[in-house]
Amino acid sequence: MNNASPSPARQAYLLSVRRQKRQVHLWQAALLLGLLALWELSCRVGLSDGFLTSCPSRMAATFLNLCRSGDLWRHIGVSCGETVIGFLSGTALGTVVAICMWWSGKLARILDPYLVVLNALPKTALGPIFIVWMGAGQGAIIVMTLAISLIVTILNMYQGFLSTDGEKIRLMRSLGASRWQILWLLVFPANAPTLFATLKVNVGLSWVGVIMGEFLVSQAGLGYLIVYGSQVFNMDLVMTSIVILAAAAVVMYRLVLWVEKFLNRFWGKGL
Amino acid sequence: MIHLRGASFVYQAPDGEVEALRRVDMDIAPGEFCSVVGPSGCGKSTLLSVISGLEPLTAGTAEVDGAPVCGPSEKIGFMPQRDQLFPWRTIRDNVTLGLTVTKKRTPEALVYADTLLRRYGLWEFAGKRPSQLSGGMRQRCALIRTMATNPKILLLDEPFSALDFQTRLSVSSDISRIIRQEGKTALLVTHDISEAISLSDRIFVLSARPAVVKSVHDLTALQGLSPLERRDTEAFHTYFQAIWKELDHHE
Repeated sequence: MNNASPSPARQAYLLSVRRQKRQVHLWQAALLLGLLALWELSCRVGLSDGFLTSCPSRMAATFLNLCRSGDLWRHIGVSCGETVIGFLSGTALGTVVAICMWWSGKLARILDPYLVVLNALPKTALGPIFIVWMGAGQGAIIVMTLAISLIVTILNMYQGFLSTDGEKIRLMRSLGASRWQILWLLVFPANAPTLFATLKVNVGLSWVGVIMGEFLVSQAGLGYLIVYGSQVFNMDLVMTSIVILAAAAVVMYRLVLWVEKFLNRFWGKGL
Repeated sequence: MIHLRGASFVYQAPDGEVEALRRVDMDIAPGEFCSVVGPSGCGKSTLLSVISGLEPLTAGTAEVDGAPVCGPSEKIGFMPQRDQLFPWRTIRDNVTLGLTVTKKRTPEALVYADTLLRRYGLWEFAGKRPSQLSGGMRQRCALIRTMATNPKILLLDEPFSALDFQTRLSVSSDISRIIRQEGKTALLVTHDISEAISLSDRIFVLSARPAVVKSVHDLTALQGLSPLERRDTEAFHTYFQAIWKELDHHE
């Protein structure tokens, strides 16, 4: 690579790459706008019943009403808070259990069948149990979210720890490293990509846990708005809440990507 | 410097006992560069594990620098297969890994590590990551990491196996020069006979598993020549033929 100005061929190539990228973005926006326009039009000409299917203009009005009343931020805040707490605690607890399993092969063998069963079990089935144990509040929702991300984290992180390069472990042992040093200086940093892959999966799973929890028991949150909207046949509220939910989930996923990118730059390519 | 007497090693595998080493005798003098060659899977790497104290002998004795081997020792530096640099650490942090592990990041030790980086042309890359270095530079970095704790003995476990032939020739020559310049005792395990002949003072030929020492070749005819010069001599080909026949490639 040199710092001289690029050749005409290079410039043409870069221009074509930029043009292709712009075209993809334009098509994506056109598809979205086209679908929204079709939806709106079908509602206005009477092809669909706005009461049942809602439409973009009604959703926009609902969104503005929620903003004006100040309820919107409260509901978003509650759901995001529950998701972040469940997601971080599930990831942290799962990583700690995975470390314990890596530390003790015997513990890993003992826990193996339980993890297989818990992984196969739909965690939402445990919802009523959590409500009985934790009470009908945010505690049950957070525990449900944690339960959903916990097992995936344990399994992913443990597999990652096991796949650490054996020659690198041999090198550390030859230097006289203790098990703790092997974990802290090698196994854990070597599995930072596994951790971020798990975090990305957990963001989505945690939203599933929060919305399921809010369906079952809640006074506020996006899940609450969806259930409440469906109970009072306010499909505008249901649709608006789903769109806000999608946006919140994307923002949180992007945040994880941003943190990963930042740390990659900070710690180097191999993280 | 390294003395093995009747060294035997047996390990338990799921499908039975495996005898990796059988009554191996070996004496390596201070400052000597020796190599071990043998068929694939014969126990060459196990031999290094035993000398470095990673695996305990099941029979016989192993002595390093006058003391029996009982666990990893600071007298020994181990260079594993491929460079095994940690991609998330800078070159300087990779080189000082041993000092971090042994909790000996003293100013003097760090100065010594920096001196090695300067002496062997990696100082300007000290703050870079391994991915920014060429294959040869990474190997040099791995060797400096091995020497940063100032061990007397270097155990090299096929360190050049992942390199292409051309890089391998230049890197192995470079590394042998550094080892001799630093006055270290070295034991290289390799499956490449020509590499062993071009770098060593003596070669131990092992049999197929369980490994026993079939023969020892003293490369006196090649003394004083550089690894590349050695490859051009008649003696090189004579040694090669002799060892090749011993390794029995029809197994």
